[in-house]
Amino acid sequence: MPEELTINGPDNMLLNMGPQHPSTHGVIRFVLETDGEVVAKATPVVGYLHRGVEKIATELTYSQFMPISDRLDYVASMCGNLAWCEAVERMAGIEVPRRAQFLRVIAAELNRISSHLVAVGSFCNDVGGVTPLVVALREREAINDILELLSGARLTYNYMRLGGVSRDMSDKCRQDTAAFLDHFPPALDEFNRLITYNKIFIKRLADIAVVTQEEAKAYGLNGPNLRGSGIRFDLRRNDPYSVYPELDFEIPVGEGFAGQVGDCYDRYMVRINEMYESVKIVRQCLEMMPDGELTSKVARVLKIKAGERYTRTESARGEMGIYIVSKGDKTPYRVRVRTSSYSALSIFEKLSPGLMIADLVAVIGSFDIVAPEIDR
Amino acid sequence: MRFFADSLIETWPFLQGWPPWLVYTLVMFAFGAVVLFGFVSLFAGIVTVVERRIAARMQFRIGPNRVGYQGCLQWLADGIKNFTKEDLTPAGASKMLYLFAPYLVFTGLFLTFVALPFGQALVISDLNVGIFYILAVSSFVTVGLVLAGWASNNKWALLGGIRSAAQIVSYEIPTGLAVLTVVLMSGTLSTQGIISSQGIWPWDWFASANPFAFIIFIIFFISTLAEGNRVPFDLPEAESELVAGYNVEYSGMRFVFFFFAEYANLFVMGALTAILFFGGWNSPFNWSTSLFGLFPQPLEVSGTLFFMTKALSFVVLIIWLRWTLPRLRVDQLMVVCWQYLTPIAFVCMLGTAFWMVGAHRWGALDYVKYPIFLFGVFLVLAMAARTVRNIRLVGDPVDLNPFQ
Repeated sequence: MPEELTINGPDNMLLNMGPQHPSTHGVIRFVLETDGEVVAKATPVVGYLHRGVEKIATELTYSQFMPISDRLDYVASMCGNLAWCEAVERMAGIEVPRRAQFLRVIAAELNRISSHLVAVGSFCNDVGGVTPLVVALREREAINDILELLSGARLTYNYMRLGGVSRDMSDKCRQDTAAFLDHFPPALDEFNRLITYNKIFIKRLADIAVVTQEEAKAYGLNGPNLRGSGIRFDLRRNDPYSVYPELDFEIPVGEGFAGQVGDCYDRYMVRINEMYESVKIVRQCLEMMPDGELTSKVARVLKIKAGERYTRTESARGEMGIYIVSKGDKTPYRVRVRTSSYSALSIFEKLSPGLMIADLVAVIGSFDIVAPEIDR
Repeated sequence: MRFFADSLIETWPFLQGWPPWLVYTLVMFAFGAVVLFGFVSLFAGIVTVVERRIAARMQFRIGPNRVGYQGCLQWLADGIKNFTKEDLTPAGASKMLYLFAPYLVFTGLFLTFVALPFGQALVISDLNVGIFYILAVSSFVTVGLVLAGWASNNKWALLGGIRSAAQIVSYEIPTGLAVLTVVLMSGTLSTQGIISSQGIWPWDWFASANPFAFIIFIIFFISTLAEGNRVPFDLPEAESELVAGYNVEYSGMRFVFFFFAEYANLFVMGALTAILFFGGWNSPFNWSTSLFGLFPQPLEVSGTLFFMTKALSFVVLIIWLRWTLPRLRVDQLMVVCWQYLTPIAFVCMLGTAFWMVGAHRWGALDYVKYPIFLFGVFLVLAMAARTVRNIRLVGDPVDLNPFQ
């Protein structure tokens, strides 16, 4: 028996949560040591969805890896595409046409909205409200339709290419996007009226699993989880890439909306507010997007001169960093992906003592953990 | 029931040779069987479809619409499917208790129907301890749930069983206090007596008898939600926390028993609220039918219609709540019960007692029922207006025509 599976308290019970459990959002396993309903310790056990993505990357050429980068985090696969593109392009010094850059940002931000919708929806489902999940998925459906018009796929898009994007935005797609941008903020208000300001919902989440700023930094949280603790850090601003420096948007942070700064409700609200900001970004992009080329000339089999580079972008879940070591071959020598769900998982052992089982489920939801991003 | 049996003896002469107690007993059994198979089972089945359709409407979906007209026979298909499933007993389960638990839940719920009056003459047995009996037999359900949780040899089921024990036992106290308040006002424990001591018109019902009674009605409604494991108190089977709670290991017909009991309970909850606070079968009309000359004394139908309307309105309200609200945490559940509902229920019970003494002394206090009634109407209208406004605000973006 591994060391972490021993029971510490005399009356404690070992409870296996997952890998098949409705609230672990995929195949993650938590070994809980509980005293009745109260969790004494929760140990995450990862690896049930390990596909060896980093190894696969070393076997494929740089452009062949694009469809695999979808699968790093299939809830926000445009962001995975973008991360890989940025990493390779910066390393190889490829220029990307302006129109393609705007298209990339539009796609990534729409995908960020849909990913956050899944996050807050399934979070509400974890807390016990079923209808908010369906309302969120209804909105996500519209985004799926738009991205299908844009890229031809509904979940794993494989839309971006090294040096550009694969397809142009059709007129219909553009109209649909504009219509969606008008429709979405009121729909999100409706969602807020349904669940966000619900008394029971706030009672369940306020002051639960408070992560202070120091803890958040120490455990390497990032993305909305970090901003939920009140730290205004967003790679789109702090380490800008693509056309983000030209765009005007706010970075929402947790302000203790219902309790202390950094509780579950703050992390939830950060995601809600980020969706409003993403709408602003997409709207600006549609206005500013120039005509022009979709891709620049890139060698079919790209060879990058020997070296290494770590490139980070802001995925829907936070920092998605890709570290590439090249020896000058057509395939990378080593690829390492840093994802934020993994670092979010590390804080569970710190947060879990004293929580109830129902709280733990809410905390898992509030960190927006997605299994494929952890295991890769 | 005696009245009903007497009329049968009058109608059918061959019964006159039989000893009356035998006829009474047979009639009771027959009526029980009719209620059980003809009403409760049908209700439990149909209300599952109704709930799914309502939920679908609230969630911009269509819902089951393939079996029968608009899915009205979906429950039969589900039932047949469950009949044919394997009846599985998990390894390490305490076999006898595991097999026994669903029956206990089932029995406990159906026994409550013995004292539920559907009309002036339509009650299996008008027990003189009727409401007390209902509270007592519905405790069987708790035992069944705990047994199911414990005997399954599954820690999630165990947690669900323990949660249900803690929850239902705790919430029996505010429920009991609310029932006591009603008994105080009516002066009888018999369900028929409680109904007939309320008047025909809405302001004569116990919900608006005095301000305390109005509060105690709300407390009663909340506590029945908790006792029936309905959202926001569905902790024993919280699907996102405990997978399925106490019934996680059950399959096939035994699962159906739990499912059935849950939905039959829905009706019991609505019916009890209607009986205790909303005048049961009292109706201002008197439509009767003799069922094509079967009975010499005509059966009163309008009362049953009124009773069913009231009970089913509460059923719909409970379903509405289920698909709107999130779930409380287990400690918050206990806080709601012990820190709020129980003390308030105590105060309301005493308040009602003093109010009754006061109303006996100063008759003018009786007129308070009109403003309370108007306040209740105002609440309902405000809720309706808000719902309509919310629907208008977003429009209705989904076309629910299933034939496109």
